[in-house]
Amino acid sequence: MSDTVIKCENVFKIFGANAEKMLKDSNGVVDAKTFQENGCIVGVNNASFEVSKGEMLVVMGLSGSGKSTLLRCISRLTDATGGKIFIEGQDLLKLNNKELIDLRRNKMGMVFQSFALLPHKTVVENIAFPLQIKGIEIDDSISKAMDMVKLVGLEGRENYFPRELSGGQQQRVGIARSLAVEPDIWFLDEPFSALDPLIRKEMQDEFLRLQDKLQKTIMFITHDFDEALKLADRIAIMKDGVIEQLDTPANIVLNPATEYVRKFTEEVPREKVLLIEDVMDKSVTNNLSDFKVSKDEIIENVAEKILTQEKSVAVVDSNNKVVGSINPTKIINTVFGGRKSSN
Amino acid sequence: MELIKKYPKVFQWLFLLVVFFALCFAIEVPETYKFIRGQAEFVKDPNQSFYVFLGKEVRYYAFDVFWRLPPLLGWLPIWINDSLFFLMNEWLPMEFWNSDTQTYKTRPLVLQITREITSIMTFLIELIREILLGGLKTIVAFTSWDWVGSNSWAKMPGLPWTVVAAGSAILAYKLSGKGLAVFAGLVMVYISIFGQWKPSMQTLSFILVAAPLSFIFGIGFGILAFKSKRVEKALYPILLVMQTMPQYAVLVPALVLFGVGDHAAVIITMIVAVPPMILLTLLGLRAVPPEVIEAGRMSGCNNWQLMFKVLIPTARRDILIGVNQVIMVCFSMAVISAFIGAKGLGFNLLLALNQLNIGLALEAGLCISLIAILLDKMSLAWANKQVDYFGNLTFYERNKSVLYFGIAVFIGVVLAYLGSFYFKQGFNYLFEVPHNKGISTADFWNRGVDWIFDTFFVYIKAFNTWLIVEVLQPMRALYLRMPAVATLVLVVGAGYIIGGIRSALVVCGLTLFIALSPWWDRALVTTYMATFGVIVSCIIGFTVGTLCFQNKHSANFMLGVCDIFQTFPSFVYLIPVMMLFGITDTSVLIAVIVYATIPATRYTIEGLRSVPMALHDAATMSGVNKFQRLTKIEFPLAFPHMMLGLNQTIVFALFMVIIGAFIGTEDLGQYILKALSDKNGAGIGLTLGICVAFIGLIFDNLIRTWVEKRKQHLGIA
Repeated sequence: MSDTVIKCENVFKIFGANAEKMLKDSNGVVDAKTFQENGCIVGVNNASFEVSKGEMLVVMGLSGSGKSTLLRCISRLTDATGGKIFIEGQDLLKLNNKELIDLRRNKMGMVFQSFALLPHKTVVENIAFPLQIKGIEIDDSISKAMDMVKLVGLEGRENYFPRELSGGQQQRVGIARSLAVEPDIWFLDEPFSALDPLIRKEMQDEFLRLQDKLQKTIMFITHDFDEALKLADRIAIMKDGVIEQLDTPANIVLNPATEYVRKFTEEVPREKVLLIEDVMDKSVTNNLSDFKVSKDEIIENVAEKILTQEKSVAVVDSNNKVVGSINPTKIINTVFGGRKSSN
Repeated sequence: MELIKKYPKVFQWLFLLVVFFALCFAIEVPETYKFIRGQAEFVKDPNQSFYVFLGKEVRYYAFDVFWRLPPLLGWLPIWINDSLFFLMNEWLPMEFWNSDTQTYKTRPLVLQITREITSIMTFLIELIREILLGGLKTIVAFTSWDWVGSNSWAKMPGLPWTVVAAGSAILAYKLSGKGLAVFAGLVMVYISIFGQWKPSMQTLSFILVAAPLSFIFGIGFGILAFKSKRVEKALYPILLVMQTMPQYAVLVPALVLFGVGDHAAVIITMIVAVPPMILLTLLGLRAVPPEVIEAGRMSGCNNWQLMFKVLIPTARRDILIGVNQVIMVCFSMAVISAFIGAKGLGFNLLLALNQLNIGLALEAGLCISLIAILLDKMSLAWANKQVDYFGNLTFYERNKSVLYFGIAVFIGVVLAYLGSFYFKQGFNYLFEVPHNKGISTADFWNRGVDWIFDTFFVYIKAFNTWLIVEVLQPMRALYLRMPAVATLVLVVGAGYIIGGIRSALVVCGLTLFIALSPWWDRALVTTYMATFGVIVSCIIGFTVGTLCFQNKHSANFMLGVCDIFQTFPSFVYLIPVMMLFGITDTSVLIAVIVYATIPATRYTIEGLRSVPMALHDAATMSGVNKFQRLTKIEFPLAFPHMMLGLNQTIVFALFMVIIGAFIGTEDLGQYILKALSDKNGAGIGLTLGICVAFIGLIFDNLIRTWVEKRKQHLGIA
């Protein structure tokens, strides 16, 4: 997890006529209110972070929080007003049009909330589209696209038009299209938000399966905190263009940085999110029960067994080496403690 | 007072009407008032006043300025003429190489440019024409085969009609399937058997040049306007005027610039057909969802790919409507441009109408309409065509169409060859059925018309007289009785009430232009005819539309009927009414009503359909009956869209009124028609056209402003 793929340094995106000049005058401290009074709207406010190879960063925020704008800055669908963005060490904002197109054709894929399929092309034509844009022969692109159709499980529907598919199926096409050029970096802009809850869950599982296989570097945008917890390696929570907290799901749940983040974590069933590793006692004592749990186990799955033990339970890593211990009371504290009492 | 506060608009309107009528009664009709008021011509009459502007003398009959404004813009047509003449004959003479005489020749630049364009157009038309009808001129133009010109035998025969018929059927099959193929074949066979082959192919060759060129230019300018705000701003007013400008009016200036013949007709058709194409391209491109554009960008499209692989295909729906419009305009121009010497069905149609040979006119008109429908359907099928990537096609399957066409050519040629032995009279029916040797139903129709006329003469005559004496004449007198100032107050007041000061100023400017032109009275007559047509059309259209809307199938059926009727060239509408009512104002008005009812009906159905389903359900659950639902829910919500229909109805009505001049009316159209045969007609024709366009734009502005406000008010903008 050391190679940095995406790196943002003090990225700003401000909409408005004289945004650039105002940003220069502000010396890097942007107050949304004063900007708004001068007719400028702050989309992204001083965002700095890195995404490593194979990591999935989920950017979570409510509508208007600037999460989509941030993504569009990084894919350079819109130019950032200030700051620096590096993609695999290349300064994105310095690329000329041709280099940018080259980057998109070979390195980037993107999935959209409203699917954004081309209405006049069939499933397979839509998926083959980025390949044909690259200049790949029609026959080759179609056969490659057929592989993608299989990957997302749409066999038999390759000659359908987007309008003939359900939402979930359309988004599978969107996913397949974004993967057709085998990009290293994968942007997903609220890909499952327009889908029904059951389909959404199914697509999330499918997505995790794909990511397990493909190991892309991912930026995933969502407004659904549960979705973020389920998918993310790390989560960035945004509000009014500012990244409020950027951390692993467990740390966010356990130590919300701001009041705003805490509100999201309150209702989260921790036993479903946290791993044993997140709550265990790192000091190893001798007085342990015979029962052992893996540190990568989700609490919910082992809670019942731990609670039946009288002594602390040993926690082991994948080599069966004891790395810590956990007391049953800790489980009870985690699950029920620290939450607002519900009257 | 409370009433005034509650309904401020009603009282504003009332006040306006009171002022209007007060002015009408306060201003007397001058005793010397004659229907014809001013002339931008050199007729010297001792009673006329005159003024000189820019060295142009304008004579007119002077009235009190409250009654009629003096024609202060009377110099405009003369000035346009002079400028055109100067451009064509004197401006910027240059040396040009003439390859025929092998010498340099001095010619004004504009003349040379127009001649170049002319020769390109002529070449294109002739090329297609020679493929369809025979000849070798164009091909020789590329080479130096002098022997072709000097040997009469070296003439390429055209394709036998059997081959063209089979070819179009095969093409239709490849594009769409059996249904269209049968239709295409039948159309071609019909044309041939009824002896319309040659003029039809002439018209077709004209269309096959004009339509694609209009399409290309329309889409090109549409893209430019989409890319650059500046281009859009520059184009917009021109597009707006062109939308309401009668097609007649463009004839005369083009005549001056490009001369007489098919090439000039193609250029005029482009002038008329390109604006709607531009507008619809722009509309379609604007409506492409931003995420689709982003998806295109993220797929790595460069600008070119983004435009042609993402934007235009996604905007296909609107662009196809544009193609449909282009084809419609082309066919309607195919008839109108017969006035400036275009050959083909249009020429025959005009000739037949002139001779009052309704049967012949009907046959020619039917041919034009059939070809129009066929091309429309084919272009639609072509745009919707899908590629099959997975069929493992054999060579035979892939090249089936070409193969069949080859066979058709062979059989056709053999048949034509055999035919030349069989038919000894000099007409080879298997090659081409000559114009006057086909089956003709003209006699039948003529006799039918005579019969109808004989049998129902009394009733038709009675109706005709009643309409003219009791309705039309009084209405016309009423319009002409309006003092210019009163009309101006009424129009500007309406503009102010509806759209505030901005709208009032625009409308005032447009009205003043007409009032200061020498044709204010004529414009009033045009307006009266259009008004009558629009009122009746709206009543019919709204009623029919509402009735058809009650049932899904009848609504779809009606929209289909509207589609087909809209494909007919506007001139065709004159045929049946002339059959029944002869050469009277009634004929024109009935043609106007039929033509203008199409948009009225269409927009009524579409408007009612656009009412959201949830509202229907909500209304039903509130316990309304069908009638209540219609009056309380559907009409109020559909009204803005229906008003847009009214807008279209007005434009259609104005077009038809102007075309009606061909039958003989006393309005602006008559003068446009006159200008055609006047050597100084270009300026007059253009100014008259602008007058008609402005009448349309006045209503357009008022209605659009109202609709926008209303939509905002209802929250459905």
